[in-house]
Parts: sequence; C-alpha cells; structure tokens
Amino acid sequence: LPVPASEKHLHSMMLPAVNVDLQTDATLQVDISDALSERDKVKFTVHTKSTLPNFKQNEFSVVRQHEEFIWLHDSFVENEEYAGYIIPPAPPRPDFDASREKLQKLGEGEGSMTKEEFTKMKQELEAEYLAIFKKTVAMHEVFLCRVAAHPVLRKDMNFHVFLEYNQDLSVRGKNKREKMEDFFKNVVKSADGVLVAGVKDVDDFFEHEKTFLLEYHNRVKDASSKSDRMIRSHKNAADDINRIASTLYTLGTQDSTDVCKYFLLVSLPLQKIEARVAADEDLKLADLLKYYLRESQAAKDLLYRRGRALVDYENANKALDKARAKNKDVLQAETSQQVCCQKFEKISESAKQELIDFKTRRVAAFRKNLVELAELELKHAKGNLQLLQSCVGVLKGDT
Amino acid sequence: MQLEEEVEDKFELNISITNPEKVGEFHYISPFSTTLPMFRSKTFTVRRRFSDFLGLYEKLSDKHTPNGYIVPPPPEKSIMGMTKVKVGKEDNSSAEFVERRRAALERYLQRVVFHPSLLQDPDVREFLERDDMPRAHNTQALSGAGFLKMINRATDSLSKMTIKMNESDVWFEEKLQEVEAEDQQLRKLHIMVDSLVGHRKELSVNTGGFAKSVAMLGSSEDNTALSRALSQLAEVEDKMEQLHQEQAASDSFCFAELLADYIRLLGSVRASFDQRMKTWQRWQDAQNMLQKKRETEAKLLWANKPDKLQQAKDDITEWEAKVTQYERDFDRVSATVRKEVLRFEKEKACDFKKQIIKYLESLLQSQQQLIKYWEAFLPEAKAIA
Repeated sequence: LPVPASEKHLHSMMLPAVNVDLQTDATLQVDISDALSERDKVKFTVHTKSTLPNFKQNEFSVVRQHEEFIWLHDSFVENEEYAGYIIPPAPPRPDFDASREKLQKLGEGEGSMTKEEFTKMKQELEAEYLAIFKKTVAMHEVFLCRVAAHPVLRKDMNFHVFLEYNQDLSVRGKNKREKMEDFFKNVVKSADGVLVAGVKDVDDFFEHEKTFLLEYHNRVKDASSKSDRMIRSHKNAADDINRIASTLYTLGTQDSTDVCKYFLLVSLPLQKIEARVAADEDLKLADLLKYYLRESQAAKDLLYRRGRALVDYENANKALDKARAKNKDVLQAETSQQVCCQKFEKISESAKQELIDFKTRRVAAFRKNLVELAELELKHAKGNLQLLQSCVGVLKGDT
Repeated sequence: MQLEEEVEDKFELNISITNPEKVGEFHYISPFSTTLPMFRSKTFTVRRRFSDFLGLYEKLSDKHTPNGYIVPPPPEKSIMGMTKVKVGKEDNSSAEFVERRRAALERYLQRVVFHPSLLQDPDVREFLERDDMPRAHNTQALSGAGFLKMINRATDSLSKMTIKMNESDVWFEEKLQEVEAEDQQLRKLHIMVDSLVGHRKELSVNTGGFAKSVAMLGSSEDNTALSRALSQLAEVEDKMEQLHQEQAASDSFCFAELLADYIRLLGSVRASFDQRMKTWQRWQDAQNMLQKKRETEAKLLWANKPDKLQQAKDDITEWEAKVTQYERDFDRVSATVRKEVLRFEKEKACDFKKQIIKYLESLLQSQQQLIKYWEAFLPEAKAIA
C-alpha cells in the first residue's frame, strides 16, 4: 500500500524541524507499508530500512497492533532518561464503530430505497470507512516517524525491539486495576501540576512557556471540539444534499419532459459541491488541531516533569541545609542534592531545545495546513462556480 | 388528441404583495399595475386580510372545480406546513414566517390572474379592485388540518369508488398515475429539503462558534505572523457563518417553498380529476335511471294501465334529456381537465425552471463569495514565518 496523498499530508505535517528531511535520512527510515482492518482490530505492517549496525538486516517488516504502539509510548513516558523530552503523543485508538454502525443501518434499510440510491450510499459509506482507515494508519505512522527522527528516542531499545522482533510483543491491554492506578496517577499528577505550576520559575523562558502552554492548550482544545462540531453539521448537510441530488436524479430520469431535464441538470452540481469540502476541511483543520492538542499536552507534561525535578532539587537543597546544620548524613544529602541538581539541569537543557523545536514545528505545520486549506477551498469553489455557471447557462439558453 | 392553439393574450398585469402591516390582524397591501381594459384604472392598491385570500379560493373553487378547472390553492394557515417538521424556533411573528407567507400569497395571486379563465371571474376582479372586502366566513375549515382535508377530499372519494370507470381514454388514467407518483416524490423531496435547511442553520451556528474559538487561539499564539493569520481565519469563518445562513434561507425560499406550492397544486389537479369522475358517475346513474324508467314503461304496457303510462312516458323523456345533458357535461369537463392539465404542466415547467435558475444562482453567488474570502486569506497564510 503506497502512501496515498492524504497520508503524505499528515506525515509531512509532523516534520520536527524544517531542515530535517525524514525521507533522506538513510540511517533509519520507518513507515507503515500495509495495514489490514479486521473485525475488531487493525494490523499494521511496520517496515524499516536502516543502515544502523544494531539491526540484523538492512530492511525488514513486522506486524504490530495498536496496543503495541501504546506500550512503546508508555515505555518512553515511564523512562526517567527521557524526562527532558517531549514524548511524541500516542496515536489514537482506531475507531470504526460509527462507520460500521452506518454501514449496518444501510444494510437494514436496503429494502426502502432504490437500487441506485443504495449503491450510491454504500459507495459513500465505504469511502468514509476508507478515509478513517487511512487516517488511523497515518497517525500510527507519524508517531513512529517522530520517534525515528528524534536524536535520542531513535536509539531506544524498546523501539528497536518494536521494529525488529517478529513475534507478538505480548503486551496485553491494561486490566481494570492497572487502569485505576493510571487514573489515580493522573489525578495526583494534575493536583501536583497545579502546585508545581504555582511556583514561579526563576528562568524567564520557562515561566513564559508555562503561561503560554497552559492557555494555548486550553484554546486548542476548544478550537478542536468546535471544529468537530462544525464538521459534523457540514457532513449532515452534505448527506442531505446527496439524498436530494439522488431523488432529483431519479425524478429526472423518469421521462423526458422539460421538468425532468431541469431536475437532472440541477442534481449534477449539487452532488459535487458539499461533500468534498466537508472532507477536506476535516483533514486540514480538525486533524491539525487534534494533533496539536496532543502535542501541547505532551509539552505540558514535559514542563510538569521539569517542575517536579525542580521541586525535588529544592527539597534536596533544604535537606542538605538541614543535614549541614545538624551535621548528620551530610555526604548522603550532598550526593542526593547533586543527583537532583544534575537531573534538573539535564531536563532543563533538553527541555528548552524541545520547546523551541515544538514552536518551530507548530508554526510550520499551521502554515502548511492553512495554505493548503485555502488553496483547496479556492480550487473547489472555482470548480463549483464553473459547473454552476454552465448549468445556469444551459437552463437559460433552453427556451 | 387535438392540439389546441393557445393564443397568448399579450397583456400586462403585474401583481405584487408588499409589506404586511399589523392592524388588528395582518393586512397585505397589493399594489399592481395593468394594461387590461377591464380594470377601472391602470394602477391601484388594496389591503386584504389573510382570510380574504382564503375566501377568494373558496369562491373560485366552488364555482370552477366542478367544471374541471385546476384552481390554485392558497398557503396554509398553520406554521407547520405540510411536513409537520418543526425547523428551529418559529412563531407567528418571526420575520421569516411573515416573509414566507407574503411570498406564498403573492405567488398564489399571480397564479390566479395568470389563469385565463379565472381572470375573467368577477370575484377575482372584486378582490383586486374593491376597497373594502367584507369578512370571509367559513374560512375556519381552511385552517391547518381542515385545509388539507378539503384538498384530499378528492383523493378520498376517488379511492372509495367501487365502480371502476370504464375509461375510454387511457390518457386520463396514465395522467392521474403520473400525478400521484409525482406527489409522492415531491413530498419526499420536501422533507429532505426541510432537513437540509435545519442542518444548514445548525452549520451556521457551529461555524460561528468555531470562528470565535479560532480568534481566541490566535490571540494566545505567540508567533506574530501565525497569530495574525489565525485571526484572519477567524474572520473568514465568521463570513462563512453568514454565507451558510443566507444559503439556508435560499434553500428554504427557493426550493422548499416551490415544492410546497406544487404539492398543494397537485392536490387541486387531483380534485379536477375527481370532478370528472363525478360527472361520469352522474351520467352513468342517469343512464341507469333511464333504463329503469323504460322498464317501468314496458311493465305498464304489459299490465295495461294506460293512466300511469303517460307519467312513465314523461319520465322517460325527462331522463333521456338528462342523459344527453350529463353526457355533454362529462365530455365538456373531460376536455377542460385535459386542457387544464396541459396548461398546468406548461406553467409548472416554467416555474421550476425559473426557481431552479434562481436557486443555482444563489449557490453561484455563494461560491463567488467564498473565492473572494479565501483569496484574501491565502497571502496571510503564506506570510507565516
């Protein structure tokens, strides 16, 4: 399955920095070369090309499922060594429920519509299913590419196992107890997060980033949900128009009276106009916003980890002072303080670069998508205009 | 089938209905101009209540429907219309409802005066000219369900016919089937268009919400060029909100209203077919009665009752005349129905063409606006660095 245009868009949207070209980095290239959608799971074929000595071969493929991607992501998050990096957000779970439901409903309602209407609706729902499928493949691919492009994460052992080990990784999904533990961890984290966020940072850069990210994340969240809502209405209207166009077409083909001719004529542009625009908006704006919602959360998580490290460092300082005052366990306190200091400084250093890269990525991605959105809207509007003008011309000329 | 030459009278009769004002109840002022000699003056304006329009319809229908004419029906009293689907918050006084009713009444009146036979009717003249109309009674029957019931009376009696009409002319049977099939399709379409109007209004609202959130996002973005581009995007989306709103109005006024008019008109068409059936039935009944009278006469001859014989002979003469009259009526009404249907179809083609062009042109305008907005936005997006 060669990377189709829609995926290419999503893929290149995530370039970490403008001058790093993922495609020409011969040392490690990862992509999803194939995918299979089964009843309740999707099987991704992860294809790797690498000149690195770590791997047994230069080119190989394995089959992975969504849970294994999550395992890999979580292993990064839980790794203390990576505390100073923005961990590429995990791809969302493949969700075909809505699409499957629609296809099922269509099957049930087959008797109540004409053969043409049924075929047409079926084609559309299948196209919708395919679009969702392509998008989930793209999201999983983007995650792997971001990891492969990251100077540190690409060397991760788990990542190499993920790419190369051709058996099932046996990562089962989290059971109920583990999910509860995660839940509480997050609750504590956010309470902590508030605490940590409250401490004013000495470093202006981080202080600014903190304020910025908190607000930005919330606004991206709002924009993302509003764009979803808008797109849903657009889709509803487009569905109506398609149904109307079909009915007009049926009416128009019943016989060759003038009125029927007019019905046929008007059904043509109607069919073209709305559905395309809804699909493209979806791709550009909504996906962009959704992705940056997750990225900005990952950036916030980085700030939180740094904040935690800062608190630990400050606590270690206080402990050292206390130890010196009591002259008890001073060496231990000194070592502990040094460890905390190093950890904090290490995180701060990489975090600064990560946040700068994040900004660059974000601006580049928005630019690319906004330009493409505008160009697409113009292309469609101009096409529609032509079609409408010719229809009106035919109608007016027909005396 | 005889091709009847239609002599198009070149006359001018411009009717429009403008701004309703609320004086007790809604009064519609209808100024119009004409070159027709039968009117007293060239231009005049009168005020009419909604019930006056309904009263006019009743008068015309009583007189002309039995003769097979397709009498245009006025719009319904109820807000819901015929699909019983509530589209958003609409009430009697909403601007949209007022405009919808005004336009529907205007179309109704225009259809009436464009009907060559109805134009000659003195009730129509009176409606157009008379300064003060006495209140029309019995228009309660024309409200909501009562109205639809009256229109559908035709179809009810049609389906209740137990005697299959011996159709000498298959044209009528085919035509009626066409009309019924078309009625079904138009009703289906109308429901879909109503749904579209609702969804477009929803889209408009959601686009506005999105525009605001994009503006917020833009104001928190710390890259200056991107921030500006985002606020420009918010403006474009704001304008799209307006576009969607206008498009919904066009869907409603051009498309939905056209369908509603023709669903009502098809009801009148069926009514005229029904009238033809009724005249046929009357003719058949008369023939049966004549037969009975002849049998009576024969019986009397056998029974040799000369005194009652004269009565029987008179009866026969009476019913022979009736049979002849009713046969002529049937032929006349059949011819009228046929002519009316052809006229109706011609008018319908014209109407649909006009409205479809109007609708397409509104879509066209939307696209032109879209091009304008996005062309203005594109350089802003490209300027992001």
